[in-house]
Amino acid sequence: MSDISLNLTLEPTADECRPMVLTPGEDLRGYIGSYLGRAFLFLVTSTSVLAVLLILLFVIVRSVDFLSEYSIVEFLASQDWRPTAETPVFGALAIIVGSLYVSFVALVFAVPLGIMAAVFLSDIVSWRIRNIVKPVVEVLAAIPSVAYGFFAVLVLAPWMQETFGFSTGTNALNAALILAIMALPTIISVAEDSVSALGRELREASYGCGATRMETIFKVVIPAAHSGIIAAVILGMMRAIGETMVVWMASGNATQIPHPWWDVSQSIRTMTATIAGEMGEAPEASLHRGGLFAIGVLLLVLTFGLNIISEYFLSRAKKASGKA
Amino acid sequence: MKKSMVGIAMIALVMGAANAETLQIDGSTTVGPIADAFAEYFKSVYSDLDITVKKTGSGDGAAALVDGRCDIATMSRFMKPDEFAKAVSNNVLPVAHVVAMDGVCVIVHPSNPVKALTTEQVRDIYMGKITNWSQVGGSSAPIVVISRDTSSGTYETFESLVMSKQPMGAGVEYVNANPQAHARVKTTAGAIGYVGLGFLDNAVKAVQIDGVLPTRQTVASGAYPVSRPLFMFTNGYPKLGGMVHKFVAFYLTERGQELVEAKGFVPLTDY
Repeated sequence: MSDISLNLTLEPTADECRPMVLTPGEDLRGYIGSYLGRAFLFLVTSTSVLAVLLILLFVIVRSVDFLSEYSIVEFLASQDWRPTAETPVFGALAIIVGSLYVSFVALVFAVPLGIMAAVFLSDIVSWRIRNIVKPVVEVLAAIPSVAYGFFAVLVLAPWMQETFGFSTGTNALNAALILAIMALPTIISVAEDSVSALGRELREASYGCGATRMETIFKVVIPAAHSGIIAAVILGMMRAIGETMVVWMASGNATQIPHPWWDVSQSIRTMTATIAGEMGEAPEASLHRGGLFAIGVLLLVLTFGLNIISEYFLSRAKKASGKA
Repeated sequence: MKKSMVGIAMIALVMGAANAETLQIDGSTTVGPIADAFAEYFKSVYSDLDITVKKTGSGDGAAALVDGRCDIATMSRFMKPDEFAKAVSNNVLPVAHVVAMDGVCVIVHPSNPVKALTTEQVRDIYMGKITNWSQVGGSSAPIVVISRDTSSGTYETFESLVMSKQPMGAGVEYVNANPQAHARVKTTAGAIGYVGLGFLDNAVKAVQIDGVLPTRQTVASGAYPVSRPLFMFTNGYPKLGGMVHKFVAFYLTERGQELVEAKGFVPLTDY
């Protein structure tokens, strides 16, 4: 029995046994088979696309009630977020600002560090060391965010209180520092790829004109790789804006806009933390739940926008390196 | 076709009842952990018992008992008059079993000289009206106000017993677990927070509320203001010896009291 099946599976390899002309039945079968296969593979591939579309649809549908019942102007312009009060108020401004605020502060730390590390890895350090350092940097991305969160609460927060005299250690700065560390692998990895994709010619031409290594890096390499670097920064920002656990633990979750605006020692609340923290209590089909979904729509729109921008710059970077 | 399906469903129902006793529990997120712990113990003792514990909120628990969707409704408050009336008109006679006491301690950093606060002062601190410790007899330092997340039972207790419907201020920080609230207060000199009595230790200082220090005795007797009884409601007094009776009377056993204490609540014994 097993011999026969073995023979059967081997048969197609012996092509010369096949007749040159297929019967109409065989022809049809082959035709249908190939199309069925294609259809199946198409279906498999499109599940991920479908998943994205369905998520978008789901989140929008769930927020429609809220957006039609509640004033959108108040939702976007008010700073009062009191979902469980007798007359609930859903003002998301402080929460939206909190998300952007903490992401930008994170970028202030992560971008210079990330670009410098990327240039260092591609232009300065030896290939062998680069091949050790880069995977280690990428391991940073593999650490679970709750581990970062515990570090933020138990180590960074008391340290900040003692060192800087902040009244509270779980604040915008704390969350931003952790987010910066979490965004670094993305930024370094993408920026390094685009910087090293520039090739030797550009650098050698620069050296040939008498430029020093520093001049070459800052006046030739970084400007030439700007598309890829911008894409890296935006991807890093997406990482920061979408992160939930760390900001939920490290930012303090106070619904306020820092005042004065540069005071990073005040605690803030982000969109992701609000959704994660309140979804469990919000009753099904309530205005509160709708409000959380509306925040979800905002978050999706924001990350989609950032994603499109980063795709644009990445494709430009690809074109640029293709020409060189 | 329809008839046969109904028949099959009835057979399944009868067989289910014969094979495994079911116990439906629905209600408060605060009492939920106690019900969970009890259920776990019951499952280990009675292997063919099927218990489900839902935590949808006290109001939903009451509604479920009125509609006959659950055997036991766990509630962190007594039934409201209209809930009670609705139950009676539905031929359900709610009987309350107090299974434990819930005490929420207001805690500050051990170095804080403030020893006692009134309920009003605590409320004003959480509303953002009082922002400096010097306003309540402490040294001049800004108050870092720490609350549990709004979906927790501890928050619910605190909110109903201290805040009396007043919204918390914008500067209040939220943490998502009792140990985390404890850790934040332990490491922050100007912090005020609140945790269940079970999480109190020497690393933080509990303040007197209206002159009463939270202890097992003051919470169990109700002398401490931020304490309340936790209920399980049944339809009539359960049949003696039945599973429902065993469940709602379990808090009286030594094992039941241990479980209540392990969840950070106070058993009803006052000795």
